[in-house]
Amino acid sequence: MVLSTAVFTIGVFGFLSRKNIIIIFMSIELMLNAVNINLISLSHYLQDLRGQILAFFVIAVAAAEAAIGLAIVIALFRNKATAHVDEIHEMKG
Amino acid sequence: MNLQLPPLGPIMPEIFMTSLALILLMADLFIKKKEVLAGASILGVLVVAYTLIGSSGSTFGGMFISDGYSSFFKAIFFINLILSVLISIKYIRIERVNFGEYYSLIALSTLGMMIMASAADLIVLYLGLELMALSTYILAGFIRYDIKSNEAALKYFLLGAFSSAFLLYGISLIYGLTGTTSIKAIASFISEKGLVGNPALSLSMTLFVVAFGFKIAAVPFHMWAPDAYEGAPTSITAFMSVGPKAAGFAVLGRVFMIAFASIKFEWTFLLIPLSILSMAIGNIVALAQSNIKRMLAYSSIAHAGYALIGVIAANTDGVASMMNYLMIYAFMNIGAFAVVIMLRTEGFKGENITDYEGLAKTHPFLSALMLIFMFSLTGIPPTAGFIGKLYVFMSAINAGYTWLVLVAVVFSVISAYFYLRIVMYMYMREPKIEVGTSKSGTLGVALGVTAVMVLAIGVYPKCLVELARAALSGF
Amino acid sequence: MKYYLLIPFLPLAAFVINILFGRGLIRDKAHWISCLTIIGSFIASIITGIDVINGKIINEDLYTWIVAGKFSVSVGFLIDPLTAVMLFVVTGVGSLIFIYSIGYMHGDKGYYRFFSYLSLFIFFMLMLIMSNNFIQLYLGWEGVGLCSYFLIGFWYEKKAAADAGKKAFITNRFGDFGFALGVFMIFLTFGSVHYIPVFSEVKNIVGQTVNILGYEVNLITLIALLLFCGAVGKSAQIPLHVWLPDAMEGPTPVSALIHAATMVTAGVFMVARCNAIFNLSQVAMNVVAIVGGVTSLFAATIAVAQNDIKRVIAYSTLSHLGMMFLACGVGAYAAGVFHLYTHAFFKALLFLAAGSVIHAVGHNDIQRMGGLRKYMPITYLTMFVAALSAGGIPGLAGFFSKDEIIWSAFASGSLVGKFVWVLVTAVAFFTPFYSFRMIFLAFHGKFRGTHHEEHHLHESPPVMTIPLIFLALGAIGVGWVGIPEILGGGAHFAEFLKPVLGHPEFHGTHAQEWGIMGLSTTIAISGIIIAAIFYLMKTYIPIKLAQQLSPIYRLLFNKYYVDELYHHILIRPILWVSTRFIEGITDAKIIEGIVNGVPKTIGRFAVILRKIQSGVTQHYAIFMAAGVFILVALILW
Repeated sequence: MVLSTAVFTIGVFGFLSRKNIIIIFMSIELMLNAVNINLISLSHYLQDLRGQILAFFVIAVAAAEAAIGLAIVIALFRNKATAHVDEIHEMKG
Repeated sequence: MNLQLPPLGPIMPEIFMTSLALILLMADLFIKKKEVLAGASILGVLVVAYTLIGSSGSTFGGMFISDGYSSFFKAIFFINLILSVLISIKYIRIERVNFGEYYSLIALSTLGMMIMASAADLIVLYLGLELMALSTYILAGFIRYDIKSNEAALKYFLLGAFSSAFLLYGISLIYGLTGTTSIKAIASFISEKGLVGNPALSLSMTLFVVAFGFKIAAVPFHMWAPDAYEGAPTSITAFMSVGPKAAGFAVLGRVFMIAFASIKFEWTFLLIPLSILSMAIGNIVALAQSNIKRMLAYSSIAHAGYALIGVIAANTDGVASMMNYLMIYAFMNIGAFAVVIMLRTEGFKGENITDYEGLAKTHPFLSALMLIFMFSLTGIPPTAGFIGKLYVFMSAINAGYTWLVLVAVVFSVISAYFYLRIVMYMYMREPKIEVGTSKSGTLGVALGVTAVMVLAIGVYPKCLVELARAALSGF
Repeated sequence: MKYYLLIPFLPLAAFVINILFGRGLIRDKAHWISCLTIIGSFIASIITGIDVINGKIINEDLYTWIVAGKFSVSVGFLIDPLTAVMLFVVTGVGSLIFIYSIGYMHGDKGYYRFFSYLSLFIFFMLMLIMSNNFIQLYLGWEGVGLCSYFLIGFWYEKKAAADAGKKAFITNRFGDFGFALGVFMIFLTFGSVHYIPVFSEVKNIVGQTVNILGYEVNLITLIALLLFCGAVGKSAQIPLHVWLPDAMEGPTPVSALIHAATMVTAGVFMVARCNAIFNLSQVAMNVVAIVGGVTSLFAATIAVAQNDIKRVIAYSTLSHLGMMFLACGVGAYAAGVFHLYTHAFFKALLFLAAGSVIHAVGHNDIQRMGGLRKYMPITYLTMFVAALSAGGIPGLAGFFSKDEIIWSAFASGSLVGKFVWVLVTAVAFFTPFYSFRMIFLAFHGKFRGTHHEEHHLHESPPVMTIPLIFLALGAIGVGWVGIPEILGGGAHFAEFLKPVLGHPEFHGTHAQEWGIMGLSTTIAISGIIIAAIFYLMKTYIPIKLAQQLSPIYRLLFNKYYVDELYHHILIRPILWVSTRFIEGITDAKIIEGIVNGVPKTIGRFAVILRKIQSGVTQHYAIFMAAGVFILVALILW
């Protein structure tokens, strides 16, 4: 649990501080994996399969998410050659 | 090992919806005229809606439930889908993104919402939520060559992923605490073991508030909404301002009213500031907008605040009024967006509020419709918006939140300024530029249906109100 | 069969059809739908009216609109004698005005729009008078208001018209706010908004008081005065009268229908409808009587000095509305409603005849008219009849109703009654004076316009003159149903309304009644004679008088400077405050005129708030994280 909390927090801070979109993606993965650690250890502790099932789903969804995220980044990169989030602010206010 | 197939009756609509999405995807390969796909998706949804009638009960070991509550929300999703498709057909041709997968993505997103509404288990809830969200991210960025659309998708995606991580962390906490993910079982575990007041439980509940608050675009988790709404294709803005919001409210209602029923005090305590802030930020910042899509985005934040009041009342009346509100919101909001789409023609965006100057002169009929929608969004009788607000407010007053209602009324009055500003521009200004409209039959149907429904519900609300109440029997 | 439902819903259907298909299919045939439906409503009203005369009173809920806890509102109809009279007036006069509009609006590019709005207006008006509860009354009230703003600003290219629409809107906000509060108080007090339970229970709360800012206020008086606020706004009484004269910027049939015959009388109708409440509060009754009486004289004197033909009639309308309130205020509701009923005919006639004149001459200024008698004989004759009727010349409709009001005021016995009697007797002089001043200036003497205009003069087409003739017959004859007993009549009108409005107690002898009648008739005739002397024979007198009494003349010509007063004490400070705060964002003039400071401050706030939305994704995430942190802190702390 401590490990997962630590990893989750690292993920959150990574998300908030890094400028490169790819690294932000990795931070999200970090957060999701923290949840997975949590789920699997709890599953073991409770002797209950649900946690592991959910962990598998999380992994699958994370894969889909990464695919979509990368697709969006590529589409964006074509129109505006940047991978830095703070340069993307066409819309505000 | 006993591998018996669980009863499929309750999940039939979802199965049909999945097939519909896949068929649309396949048919896209063969059919050149994409309008056929649009027609097929509408017909398909009607079939799905038909299967909904017979389905009730729970299946997959109680993980999936089809009851009045879920059916009511599914009806909202179907209406949302049909109206959105109707307003899309001409529009996506103008935007030059007339691709077949557009329709199948809308179907998939709706499937996600349906699963959310029916989820009796947090695992199913998570899957539905992700299916909905992932499809919507793509739809938001559907205009690939447009930087604004890309940006909308990116922001929506990053923040959406961020919020679903919180949701998962909340799920894992509650799982660790109770050893189950079933919504009902969580409720009975909490009350039996006397976990009320447990900090881990409160923490997990807070994380749920965060994730659902993100989906319904409640302040302070609303920041994605204005940008995503402005950048996304207008038809998708209409779609995602109603669908995911309603789905968010559906899970909010079910999880909080059932799983966290015994810590009602704590979550109403959190939702009240959310609701007030949403109404405040939504209505006030909308005053300063010059882009109508962005203005409607802020308005949608404010409306989330109003609907939240129904949840805060935390009784069946309150939930019923929230359901009413969302149904009404679906009609009036998509109607307003249909007018916005009408102004989008080749080479002209038609998104500035000043584009509406003198519209009544050149397009009196369209202006009259816009007037109806704006009146309804403001909540002026005898439009549906008034009925929606009235019932939400009454339920809150009956639950003892008179002061909250007073706050809401004040913000309602403020909201009149920016809604009626559009009306005033249309009727009391001289047209400065030639504004064309893109007429199409389907768009006309959507406008007609929404306007008629807004007025009909406003004049004769009984049916809808009783439907919502009946849907809650056995909730 | 609920055929009475046809009465409001036929015009609604006409509105829907015209607004949907008006632009494409119907265009210049829009009048067919509107006129036929309102004539249908008229026939249904007659049938319903006969039922009512036979003693059948309808009070039915069509369906329940809203039920939320204790609060329940239905869409329902109450048709009793009072409603029947109103139905007759609204649909009858309405039909004639609709037909007249065919000619008047011919060739206007907003032709179908005009008829759709008119039909919608009639629908709301009918919902208002047929309602059996306060909420529906209120919705109809706001609905007619909305249509009225649209129709005043119908020619929105004209700045004056658009401004007049806004002025009407803003002024009515004040009154309607009071009215809404009144309805709210009624719900709080009685737990219901339906007429029957409210009116039957109101006597149980006599003497109850509520504490407002430390003052004990009688509850019934409070409710009655709040309701009366609404009536003051809608019926343009002092101090909210300023919108009505400006409303004359709208097309003339609109002035006739909305600002003379129907909508502006809604206030009188409402007071008469709520007589059960007003009767129990002497204070409220006195306020009603005094406001009515003062408005009546005030407006009548202004009318003397106006040169715009429509404004003369508009001030005359104010004056007559004041008389109706005065009658209600002394308890003679039947007399007030009777005057409402006769007034609808002769005043609509005055307006339509004026419209006919404007149609021929092309402007409103009576100083630049003259000698029109020989060009437009029908218009002249009908207007003459209307002026006689309005002036209270014996035998015509206006005489009977006016006489009844004057007598009721005198015979009510109270001090206030005597006071308003003096006022209304003075009005009895001014009314024929300004009416005939207008007629003599416009129709007699020589034409004072340009040669080119003279060339244009012509009588209006039959579609306009025939309604005039019908209305003229009405202005002569509709009063005969209410001939008082003293003149050998049966006072059928008052008897008919007695079940709803009751009957005031009179303290007076027959001799006094004869005396009062003789006095007011003499005064009225002398008004005509003086007008004839001034404007027919010795035309130099008024000019000399105006010079010698120039302060008074200027005061009257400028309508006692009320507009200017409001401008200085209300609008200027508000504008000053708001312009100091911020400029830009909106110039929502409607809203700006009055409560501008608030939205602009909020607007400024909005500009600051939107800066938070920086456009950078990570700032958004930080906000979310901060939100999470605060929520967690809130819940765990």
